[in-house]
Amino acid sequence: MSATVLIADDEPNIVISLEFMMKREGHRVLVARDGAEALEAIRRERPALVLLDATMPVHSGFEVCEAVRADPAIRDIRILMLTAKGRETDMARGLGAGADAYVTKPFSTRELLEKVREMLA
Amino acid sequence: MRGDRRLLLALLAPGVLLAAWEAVALLLLFTGAAPESRTGLGAALSTQAPVLAVWWLAAAAAAAFGLYRLHAVFVAGADRLADATRVLAGDPQAPAIPPQGNATLRALAEAINTLADRHRTLRSDMDERIADASEAVAYQRDQLAALMAELEQGVIVCNLDGRILLYNQQSSRLFASCGGTVGLGRSIDALLDPALIAHAREMLEQRGAGGAPAHFVTGLPDGHLLRVGMAGVRPAGEGATAALTGFVLLVDDITEEQRAHASRDARLLTLTEASRASLAAMQAALDLMDYPDLAEDERARFQAIVRDEVSAMGRRLEALAADTSEDLKGRWPLQDMLGADLLAAAARRIAATSGDAAETDAEPGLWLRVDSFAVISALAFLAGRHGAAAGRPALRLRRAEGRAHLDLLWRGESAEPAPGWQTEPMQVGDERLPLTVRDVAERHGGEVWFGRQREGSDRFVRFLLPLASGAPQAPLAPSDSRPVYYDFDLFRASAEGSTLDERPLTGISYTVFDTETTGLDPAGGDEIIQIGATRIVNGRLLDGECFDQLVNPGRHIPEASIPIHGIRPEMVRSKPPIAEVLPLFHAFAADTVLVGHNVAFDMRFLQIKEAVSGVRFEQPVLDTLLLASIVHPHETEHGLEATAARLGINLAARHTAVGDALTTAAIFLKLLPLLAQKGITTLGEARAASAGSFYARLRY
Repeated sequence: MSATVLIADDEPNIVISLEFMMKREGHRVLVARDGAEALEAIRRERPALVLLDATMPVHSGFEVCEAVRADPAIRDIRILMLTAKGRETDMARGLGAGADAYVTKPFSTRELLEKVREMLA
Repeated sequence: MRGDRRLLLALLAPGVLLAAWEAVALLLLFTGAAPESRTGLGAALSTQAPVLAVWWLAAAAAAAFGLYRLHAVFVAGADRLADATRVLAGDPQAPAIPPQGNATLRALAEAINTLADRHRTLRSDMDERIADASEAVAYQRDQLAALMAELEQGVIVCNLDGRILLYNQQSSRLFASCGGTVGLGRSIDALLDPALIAHAREMLEQRGAGGAPAHFVTGLPDGHLLRVGMAGVRPAGEGATAALTGFVLLVDDITEEQRAHASRDARLLTLTEASRASLAAMQAALDLMDYPDLAEDERARFQAIVRDEVSAMGRRLEALAADTSEDLKGRWPLQDMLGADLLAAAARRIAATSGDAAETDAEPGLWLRVDSFAVISALAFLAGRHGAAAGRPALRLRRAEGRAHLDLLWRGESAEPAPGWQTEPMQVGDERLPLTVRDVAERHGGEVWFGRQREGSDRFVRFLLPLASGAPQAPLAPSDSRPVYYDFDLFRASAEGSTLDERPLTGISYTVFDTETTGLDPAGGDEIIQIGATRIVNGRLLDGECFDQLVNPGRHIPEASIPIHGIRPEMVRSKPPIAEVLPLFHAFAADTVLVGHNVAFDMRFLQIKEAVSGVRFEQPVLDTLLLASIVHPHETEHGLEATAARLGINLAARHTAVGDALTTAAIFLKLLPLLAQKGITTLGEARAASAGSFYARLRY
């Protein structure tokens, strides 16, 4: 089953791995380097899933998430937040912003892939 | 003026009387003559009329002159004598009355001078006894002041009204950064939020005597953060229920501490997040490398990711470590100390505890940043612990690559100190400290190790210590006249229940000021170029709390005025304009009555600047010129110099604003008892008498 997945992260090293994983799963992969690029890609391509980093330049992941949920045209897009912010308050902030799932870095690839499959099912 | 008119009438009176006398004589002559000879008499008299008139005029003039002389000697002379006597009665140090006038008045003046002499002797006797008694008290106060000056914290003692009774220089420095002025008799409410003070007071009252002090943290307008501890003052010996009579504030500037905490937290958070991100990238890459079907170039890419992230993490940790050791140095209260002084103190300590006289050898001019107590204790501990078997120790200090080596040496062969010298609690003499030698080294962000001299066989324990950064901080320069920092009489002073006008003149706080100007015409464009002021609190001149500010007038200073005030254009060029200076002076004079000599002139300048400076001086104003004219109504000269001379005051630097303000303040203090003799004791009475005095009618 092939879907379009957007990876929004400003750290190239993690993007390489995520891109590789998603392509192996058979998805079409788009990459955004900051919050503004991510929002633009979401509006243009309507991906099935967004892997969204919380700390990015221009707009943070939280802001992107809130913007998506506020826009009726794209509000149903699934969002998985990936973040290095590990405090409980940060997690509450991410879910409050409307993310469907919240994964703290570092994460195991196997669990992440399971979560992605679950969300795209 | 009224006196002059009376004198004029008195001088004319003999003329009128003589005229009447002559008229009656003529009338008698006329009516006594036979009726037929009257016409001849009339004609004869009328031809002689000019002679008669001249005769009368001469007599009238002679009488008037005589009367005038009598008045000058007996009435005016006596008045002047009475004034001078009153001055002498109020102030025994006033100059003796010069004998003037006729013999009686001269004798009287001499008698009064003798009496004043007796009074003076008696007074100086009494003063001596009082001085003896006060000396003990002053000694205690000086000790207190010295103690407070040494404290790192700011200390402010207030009475219940929040008036400052005592403070140290640290406290005035803490508040100076945001323009607050700490001064005796000033209100603490101007420095700290009144609500905070009230809340802390309430807590103190609830806790009762012996309760813990109240603490709060507050920010100043300029962003400084202060931690304030507040303790109550209760009269001694009245038990735990005694009511508060005042409170003590201990003020710490915690801005730096807080900033360091915050930046440490921020660094920790950044490091955590960055590490998580790096770990995530590495973990993902490693997980993917486990895939068996990976192409060679893909595997190489993932390896590169891991290498890249590992070195990024290494760099971050390096940076953090460098930052943290800088931080550690700031956390302990380290002080700048001359190396030679440290060694000398350590040698004394070693001699006192182990009896060995240690040689010292310090590189001259080397300043260290140390906790001297900890370092000296460590040296004495090591010398005692190891030295007993190792022979005489020596101390050496050298500069080494941005730090200092402080060595404790033993001459000749000697074994390494027994294990545990770095880690066991230090014991010096009978004293056991909860510190180890290692702690001492770490406290200084330094190191300590045991070593051997490359040439020769000397062994040493070497401390690596930080140098003082930059020039050593100069100790606070003692000001020329020792500032007055305390006034416990304010404990009794209370503004409650009496409006300012009803308050006694001796219990009011005054700002005595003077201005120097470019000229005499404020409306015509003349400007203030200097403001000087001093304060009087509880009848005491606080010459340590002066306001002295040159002002850029924004115009040229007339050449003709420079010899008067001594202020040249280049002296004011870089000074602030009046619009900036007046708000500062306004704050300095807050809650006080203004005093000046011929103050109407200065007030006129202040009023004209209300619009540009945005401040109004609305407090009551007293003029020493008017007050002097009330005390000496018969003198005609009331200038600053003449008044000061009459009251026996040595002039301060004349025609600098502060000098004139200090002279004015001295005049004012001398006038207070003289005014009291005239029944003028409250501010209201002084203002009413000033308004009624002759000079008050001469408006500017």
